[in-house]
Amino acid sequence: MNAGVRVCIITGFGINTDREMATAFELAGAQAVRLHVNDLTANPGALDRCAIFVVPGGFSFGDHVGSGALLAALLMRALREPLARFVDRGGLVLGVCNGFQVLVRMGLVPGVGSAGAGSPGVGFGASAAQSVALVHNDSGRFEDRWVRVAFDPASPCVWTRGIGALDLPVRHGEGKLVASEAQLAAIDAAHLGAARYAAADAAKETADAGVARYTAPDPAPSTEAGTPLPYPANPNGSLRNLAGLCDPTGQVFGLMPHPEAFLYRYHHPAWRHAPPAAGAALDEAALGLFRNAVRRAGAS
Amino acid sequence: MRVEVWFRDEIGDGRTARVLAALRAGGVPDLHAVRIRDVYLVAGVRGLRPRDLVKLVCDPVAQQASVRATPAGPAPPWDVLLEVAARPGVADPVATSLRGALRSILGLTVPDAALVQTARQYLLYGGGLRAVPQQVLGGLYNPLIQSALTIAARQWWEGRRPPGIYPAAGGAARRRAAAAGRADRVPVAGMSDARLTSLSEQRLLALSLAEMQAIRDHYRTPATRERRRAAGIGDAATDVELEMLAQTWSEHCKHKIFNAAIEYRAGDRVERIDSLFDTCIRATTRAVDPGDGFLRSVFHDNSGVIEFDADTLLCFKAETHNSPSALDPYGGAITGIVGVNRDIIGTGRGARPIFNTNVLCFAPPDLPDVPAGLLPPRQVLDGVHRGIVDGGNQSGIPTVAGAVLFDASFVGKPLVFCGTGGILPAHLDGAPSWQAEARAGDRAVMVGGRIGRDGIHGATFSSLALDETSPLSAVQIGDPIVQKKMADFLLEARDLGLYRAITDNGAGGLSSSFGEMAQACGGVRLELERAPLKYPGLAPWEILVSESQERMSLAVPPEHYDALAELAARREVEIADLGAFTADGTVELRYAGELVGLLDLQFLHHGLPKMKLRAVWQPPVPPAVDAAHTPPAPQQVLPSLLADPNIASKEPLVRQYDHEVQALTVGKPFVGAQMDGPGDGAVLRPRPDSTRAITVTHGICPWYSAHDAYHMAMCAVDEAVRGHVACGGDPDRMAGLDNFCWPDPVAGPDNPEGEFLLAQLVRAARGLAEACLAYRLPLISGKDSMKNNAVVDGRRIAVLPTLLVSVLGIMADLRRAPSTDFKQPGDLICVVGDDRGELGATAYARLLAAAGGALPIAAAQRHCPTVDARAAMRRYRLLHRAIAAGWVNAAHDLSDGGLAVALAECAIGARLGARIDLAHVPVAADPANDAALANATSSSNASAQTNSAGAADAGVDPDRGEVYESPGADARGVSGAATCDGTQCGSGLASGPGAPSGASEARSVARVSAATPGRPARMSGSAAPAEHGTEHRSSGVDPVPRYSTGMRAGLDEVLGVAHRRAGLLFSESAGRLLVTVPPALVPRMTELFRGEPCAVVGEVTGDGVVTVLDGGKPVAAWPVADLVRAWKTPI
Repeated sequence: MNAGVRVCIITGFGINTDREMATAFELAGAQAVRLHVNDLTANPGALDRCAIFVVPGGFSFGDHVGSGALLAALLMRALREPLARFVDRGGLVLGVCNGFQVLVRMGLVPGVGSAGAGSPGVGFGASAAQSVALVHNDSGRFEDRWVRVAFDPASPCVWTRGIGALDLPVRHGEGKLVASEAQLAAIDAAHLGAARYAAADAAKETADAGVARYTAPDPAPSTEAGTPLPYPANPNGSLRNLAGLCDPTGQVFGLMPHPEAFLYRYHHPAWRHAPPAAGAALDEAALGLFRNAVRRAGAS
Repeated sequence: MRVEVWFRDEIGDGRTARVLAALRAGGVPDLHAVRIRDVYLVAGVRGLRPRDLVKLVCDPVAQQASVRATPAGPAPPWDVLLEVAARPGVADPVATSLRGALRSILGLTVPDAALVQTARQYLLYGGGLRAVPQQVLGGLYNPLIQSALTIAARQWWEGRRPPGIYPAAGGAARRRAAAAGRADRVPVAGMSDARLTSLSEQRLLALSLAEMQAIRDHYRTPATRERRRAAGIGDAATDVELEMLAQTWSEHCKHKIFNAAIEYRAGDRVERIDSLFDTCIRATTRAVDPGDGFLRSVFHDNSGVIEFDADTLLCFKAETHNSPSALDPYGGAITGIVGVNRDIIGTGRGARPIFNTNVLCFAPPDLPDVPAGLLPPRQVLDGVHRGIVDGGNQSGIPTVAGAVLFDASFVGKPLVFCGTGGILPAHLDGAPSWQAEARAGDRAVMVGGRIGRDGIHGATFSSLALDETSPLSAVQIGDPIVQKKMADFLLEARDLGLYRAITDNGAGGLSSSFGEMAQACGGVRLELERAPLKYPGLAPWEILVSESQERMSLAVPPEHYDALAELAARREVEIADLGAFTADGTVELRYAGELVGLLDLQFLHHGLPKMKLRAVWQPPVPPAVDAAHTPPAPQQVLPSLLADPNIASKEPLVRQYDHEVQALTVGKPFVGAQMDGPGDGAVLRPRPDSTRAITVTHGICPWYSAHDAYHMAMCAVDEAVRGHVACGGDPDRMAGLDNFCWPDPVAGPDNPEGEFLLAQLVRAARGLAEACLAYRLPLISGKDSMKNNAVVDGRRIAVLPTLLVSVLGIMADLRRAPSTDFKQPGDLICVVGDDRGELGATAYARLLAAAGGALPIAAAQRHCPTVDARAAMRRYRLLHRAIAAGWVNAAHDLSDGGLAVALAECAIGARLGARIDLAHVPVAADPANDAALANATSSSNASAQTNSAGAADAGVDPDRGEVYESPGADARGVSGAATCDGTQCGSGLASGPGAPSGASEARSVARVSAATPGRPARMSGSAAPAEHGTEHRSSGVDPVPRYSTGMRAGLDEVLGVAHRRAGLLFSESAGRLLVTVPPALVPRMTELFRGEPCAVVGEVTGDGVVTVLDGGKPVAAWPVADLVRAWKTPI
């Protein structure tokens, strides 16, 4: 029904989750186009024909001089203006993992600065400079593991609306979100911390019936500042358990966990342990995030 | 310009904790802090402003940077500054990316002569360190490929600083530039044997005298001379030609040992084998080919191709990268991965890699007394592991399955098996995708990275034993990002139909790729000066055989070349038109117009004389056992086994592999309630619109080689096949890869073991063939690596002869896939397959051996594990029907550590308990063994050791697996499928205090043997193809179970209760699985498995305790939490 919604997913230079990202949006009813970064920078007008712009995960330029650094610099150089126009006219932006790192480097999320948030960054449009950073995990290691992610119901994020919590895989070595206290406070105040690592429900961790984690809309998660959850619930040591950020419009969303890696129940490592009651939620997997965006894009 | 970047103090650097921990573990306890600085050095780029460079490389929120036109560096309070940089000429992927960014992002002109380098600085704090201790250095850099500069605090104050730029790559090359472009002439036609030998040695050709003679004789023939004179190249060979011949004829490329004529001697019998590859592998695959299109392409392409569904094909290949990994563990492993990825990219018209596998064999990290000249095992493990993390993760290819093994023998060489699977549409432009051949007139095009001196002689080097003089140039470092860029481009070009054929540049470089492609059309002509170089100064032969990474070779129809070049430019991938394919039967090599090589294609590929080798089999000496000693109590043994590095959880290592990028992986490495239980293999769903799936599993058991490589090979096949079935795969839809890693089996004055090693190879190849015939498993690709030993001070350190079997299989419906973890209390636990009490070479025996002295194992249990593959296949098909019907909730293979470990792993995965009774475990028995068993046991009771007697009497039949005791009666008439009778195995299930509830229906499952007790009909070997040694085939599998029909009562009498229980718990007799079934479905299982060894042995419990009974009497009980703790012991 939203086949008219076109999604532009960039590829190239080490991006490596563009195919499943396209599948995710197609399962959510949109039309996904994978476009090489160079083809987009040569023809930025392509953005005008899309409602959603996605920077997928991967190892853009090998993360060689900093995760996402070079792709962010390239996009800033070539697409600064077109992207600003894109967001201004209501376009949605998603960055996952390396793509989130790129959005952070570009200052697109959280999109609000605070005094003392580091040296003057590259800045995006007129809105903001880079104000938070994603640095090496406390473990010093890349890890692939599934974690519980809770979404802030009070966040303006259009992507997460109505979704309580999800189990999602994290697959990164540099996902620890850091920022100044002032910046963190600004994020909390505006509910821009749309996604946080959460403790899996203790009851579900017990071995009684072999029931473990499964997808279910949990009660509204706490967005208290609080201390970080212990590893591995907070897999990287992110301050305030932050897993993802949106901008004040709620249109731009970036997160470290991979929703495009949870498209049906069989992706969940413990799908065989799901109780029957979890069935429907498990089958919906993480598609709700994509449906939210496609619905919004189709409506506007 | 030198820019140093570091994380702000208040942010911290996650990498330092890890480095610090490694250094402290490496023996520098006083170290109390480490700081890391990333260093970027640029020279010769006009217009580069420091602040632009800083903006690129420094995160403004988290990091700080210092910029110096001249070296300054951070002032102490650190004690030592260590700066590690790549040696000149060694690939540095970070520098490659930065160089590109200066151009594409900052818009600067970056001349080839500009220097862009990176380094990493470690500031070490603590203990007044004056210098960097060797053990610290070892953990932070590899002198083969990196330079390390250390500055103590005192030296810093005296003014010592790191350099503003490191010496340029290719400095030496430039000095040699005068020689570039020239080809030396070598008058081989007139050489004596002695000169031929010294020529081979001096030029590192790694060719034997017979091979050098064949080359000499070729240059002597009138036809050759006439052609050379006509072409104006002269009589003498050029160095270009010799290098191309040596590369093409290398062991690595031509598998000379596997194709050799072998005289195989076993006792008085002599047999001649013409090519193990033809007789054991090719013929086997031909015999089991279902003939329905499942096999699309076997053996001749870069990987084997099978059908997934009507529209989709899969391909699979595994390689080893052992020698490079021994020298540079990180670079060796990463290069191994990106190398085998290219095999997939170069299969058919080009496939897309969708999964990686890796199986690693290391020496134990704590191995004492590592011989000088070899890297410490911990360093090898860390380096290889990091290489796999980077190689797979950065390529965007999930690492879905594998294994890590530890044995002291692997200090001689680590084994690094890298596998990759790919997917391709069945048809491209309406033509079959799995076939692709160059045509005369096509352009010969190289794609990807530039050529340097890296990896020169890699192919020939891997065909030599490792020694202190192994060439540095053989080391390369793959760059996954450069390759990813190239792979993306090639897939686009493929779908646009811009090229006709493709192959990879791996071992042997252009020589190998174009030399192979030329066979399809009948020739190729290359202009070597057109190849893009990393630096000037390469001789033509170096350009031809360099193994510089990230390159592919294409055959491009001339009319498509411009479109291909245009796309390449847009994707920032370099391509070069090096010449054309021809049909004149020659390889013609030119440099700047001059003819520098002219080789007859027929001679190049078929002129290699067949190697002639001798193999001498010696019956195995059975291990010293002493049944008089009581084995340790199972209560203690199981936790020790779980903590054995070979069995313990590899989660800390494997979690670092991205195993689910591409979102295909539905059966993950860790399964169960808390997502940390071990899986038996991977399950992938390649199409979201279909529930049809792929399984990927492995089998490897090198320890059994110490007994008999024949059984080692059979058990390896069985383990891989069994894993496939346990994952839910269809046993009639699977394909295998064989990867042999052997110590040098070519005998010589310095290799006295060679003839025996070759005999082991023969037996392994036959075991492989035997098992593949029984399982109908086609081998679609494979590799062998034959020089897996180090030579240190003239002493050979050889690895265990090792065969890795990898299976790629099909599962009709992934929703039926069971996993290894128990699912719910009350499910009944069945053991499928019978135990033969085989404890030799098992994890259990190795654990006992650590204590020294004779093993406290009964003589009848000391045989290494074996499998009756035909009987096992029957059961796998039945089990698959049960799984496909949805009856099976969990399935796990019984491998390392036997039933006890499998049971523990299923419980760990679920955090559920279990209660089993050993009395119900199916046991194979053979009446013919009664006498032998009694004899063996009495002799073992009489003397502390039975090995000498056993060896003397060994019932050695050179055609099949070895046995230690003479079977007494006619062993050939007895089947390994023989089973115990129902009254003994099936009884008592509901009796005793530990009897599971709901077991009454289960009783009938337990055991009904269809075979006549005593002498069941033997499985026939008639399915064997004629090419195989007929006598060998006629014997079928090892027919001599070591247990007699005396069974439970009898075994108690002759073995003692403790030995019998040890056998039941820890035997690794192959062909067995543990499965769970809801009680209500047990009657249907009973019906399905009628006549087969399949028995309910207990049930899953909710009490969190794994309890083992024996006839109702308690044997051992472990809280699952304790088992979890033991299994998670860090390696």
